[in-house]
Amino acid sequence: MSEEIVLEIKGLAAAIEGKRILQGVDLRVRAGTVHAIMGPNGSGKSTLCQVLAGRAGYEVTAEFARFLGRDLLPMAPEERAREGLLLSFQYPVEIPGVKNVYLLKAAYNALRRARGEQEADAFEFMTLVREKLRAMRMDESFLHRAVNSGFSGGEKKRNEVLQMLILEPKLALFDEVDSGLDIDALRVVAEGINALRAPDRAIVLVTHYRRLLDYVPPDVVHVFHEGRIVRSGDRSLVETLESQGYQWVVEEVAG
Amino acid sequence: MGEQFSVQEWVKREYRYGFVTEIAEEVFPPGLDEEVIRRLSARKEEPEFMLEWRLAAFRLWQQMKEPHWARAVYPPIDYQAISYFAAPKMGKDRPKSLAEVDPKLLETYERLGVPLHERARLAGVAVDAVFDSVSVATTYREKLAEQGIIFCSFSEAVRDHPELVHRYLGSVVPPGDNFFAALNAAVFSDGSFVYVPKGVRCPLELSTYFRINANETGQFERTLIIADEGSYVSYLEGCTAPMRDENQLHAAVVELIALEGAEIKYSTVQNWYPGDAEGRGGIYNFVTKRGECRGAGSKISWIQVEVGSAITWKYPSCVLRGEGSVGEFYSVAVGNHRQQIDSGTKMIHIGKGTRSTIISKGISAGRAQNSYRGLVKVLPSAEGARNYTQCDSLLIGSRCGAHTYPTIEVANPTAVVEHEATTSKIAEDQIFYLQQRGLSPEDAVNLVVNGFCKEVFNNLPMEFAVEVEALMQVTLEGAVG
Repeated sequence: MSEEIVLEIKGLAAAIEGKRILQGVDLRVRAGTVHAIMGPNGSGKSTLCQVLAGRAGYEVTAEFARFLGRDLLPMAPEERAREGLLLSFQYPVEIPGVKNVYLLKAAYNALRRARGEQEADAFEFMTLVREKLRAMRMDESFLHRAVNSGFSGGEKKRNEVLQMLILEPKLALFDEVDSGLDIDALRVVAEGINALRAPDRAIVLVTHYRRLLDYVPPDVVHVFHEGRIVRSGDRSLVETLESQGYQWVVEEVAG
Repeated sequence: MGEQFSVQEWVKREYRYGFVTEIAEEVFPPGLDEEVIRRLSARKEEPEFMLEWRLAAFRLWQQMKEPHWARAVYPPIDYQAISYFAAPKMGKDRPKSLAEVDPKLLETYERLGVPLHERARLAGVAVDAVFDSVSVATTYREKLAEQGIIFCSFSEAVRDHPELVHRYLGSVVPPGDNFFAALNAAVFSDGSFVYVPKGVRCPLELSTYFRINANETGQFERTLIIADEGSYVSYLEGCTAPMRDENQLHAAVVELIALEGAEIKYSTVQNWYPGDAEGRGGIYNFVTKRGECRGAGSKISWIQVEVGSAITWKYPSCVLRGEGSVGEFYSVAVGNHRQQIDSGTKMIHIGKGTRSTIISKGISAGRAQNSYRGLVKVLPSAEGARNYTQCDSLLIGSRCGAHTYPTIEVANPTAVVEHEATTSKIAEDQIFYLQQRGLSPEDAVNLVVNGFCKEVFNNLPMEFAVEVEALMQVTLEGAVG
């Protein structure tokens, strides 16, 4: 396992319209690991994802926040993406009239250019896309549909994972990728995420259910509550949460 | 940041055609009366019927009032302060060949991206170049003439084909149609003329490039396109003007006539100077465009990309007279800064089984006001007529406006008329999502705008897709996959 630290944040706080949502998040993620962040609804998990991805509109402060050694907070969202920090959205956004394959290619080439590489030729690119489509058990017709327009919940999530497989981030952040999925779709999504595992890549799964973690076993589990991580542990923490609920952690922290 | 930043960038795009050509021009003194019209007609050596036609139109115009029902605010126009004729000095006759055309004019069109030289000409596109009040060159005319296609300036058509002009001029837009059409009929100076004979499929895209250059003049051009039985022609007009602090009037008339089984596709890329960010200057674009599907099974399509002008007042329409004839209107209208756009179409169903489609995409940014105004009228004779209208508005920022004024009049119970309308904002969500996939905010806005306009862009002639791309600063869809 690589020792490289992909993401390191300390005291990350965020407020929107004067309301504090993140209250000092400490997190360190090494390459080659899978982290799970679990917590009840409204605890600020999605805000953490958005803030890490660079969403505007939040007042963000931190003792430090580093992505691959770079100061994260001044980076624009597209810079973060180009450096390898990609967020799989809880609610993937519809872009009417823009073909899925067009966005994939625009994104793929933006990332290549950022790395100083040449843009992919059409043949090379389509070969890659077809391979990843098969992995996600997606039909080629997906490519010619407008981005997320009229996609079912499951299709949207599979499409997010497909983007990850093609764009190969250093840090893949999944915001509730399991919500709204039936068991078959969940399995395909989980397989996709497992296929992403690599020694030079970190994966962070934000979820409040255990079932995704049965398919994608995490190395580290964090419990999120009221805007910060209140407890971290190994996989067994999932079991404890499952049997005792979040309330148990909350009380323990309070006590 | 996010949306705000990208929108500012997008909105800041500069007008790239604002230069002035320094060239000696013959300009009539400002003012309009019968004497000016006589002088204009004499200057153009017109036959008597043209002068009479102009004078009749002028007398009608004097009885008419400038219309103000459009959603546009502007100070009164002083019609006596405008010069009604401006032409580069080039001897008495129009140059016989490009070698005789003033190099400054050739250079102007070169800078506008419409080279006229034999070597540099756009492949597959014949161009008529109109500079202020006159046509200065028409390319590929001999090649077209081989198939009997007439493509020339309006002045030449009046001289060389008076019978065609006499027969069709004003037959779709009569001089008394409206205030601006009457003014145009009285003072129009040049424009393009197209005749495609029976059964001929025009092998080239025909194009007119309109350029306003002179100061304090109006441009009043007239275009007449006749597609004889079973013929096909695709035509495109482009327009630009220098950046000036004063407003300039452009009141054009376009008439299209499609006989039995003929098809006319008329595309416009309108990029007149829109004025500056504060709304100073810019062209008043008050245009009457109408096509008549006179014969059975004929078809007329209007495709317009409107990005320029301080005020746009324009409703390219179709009169569907022939049985089973088809009218189409595909429009993208982009308003920025303080531009005011009032545009749309009229589909008049007269013949049995006539069909029409209206796809209108309005984009508003800055403080622009963008209105769609449309009429779908089904007469009692139009058994089984069908219309589908889709009218979408996209808002960028919160200080602009989008308005929709659709009118539907159906006098035949078998008609089917559908209307759909949407208004959306470029969502911060969309921009953020695309940024999170590595796209710059500008590229993200362009991608969203491009997706929004796709149904219209898909109908533009291939040759002009690139021009529109540059114009809208968008990357065109469909390049991959």
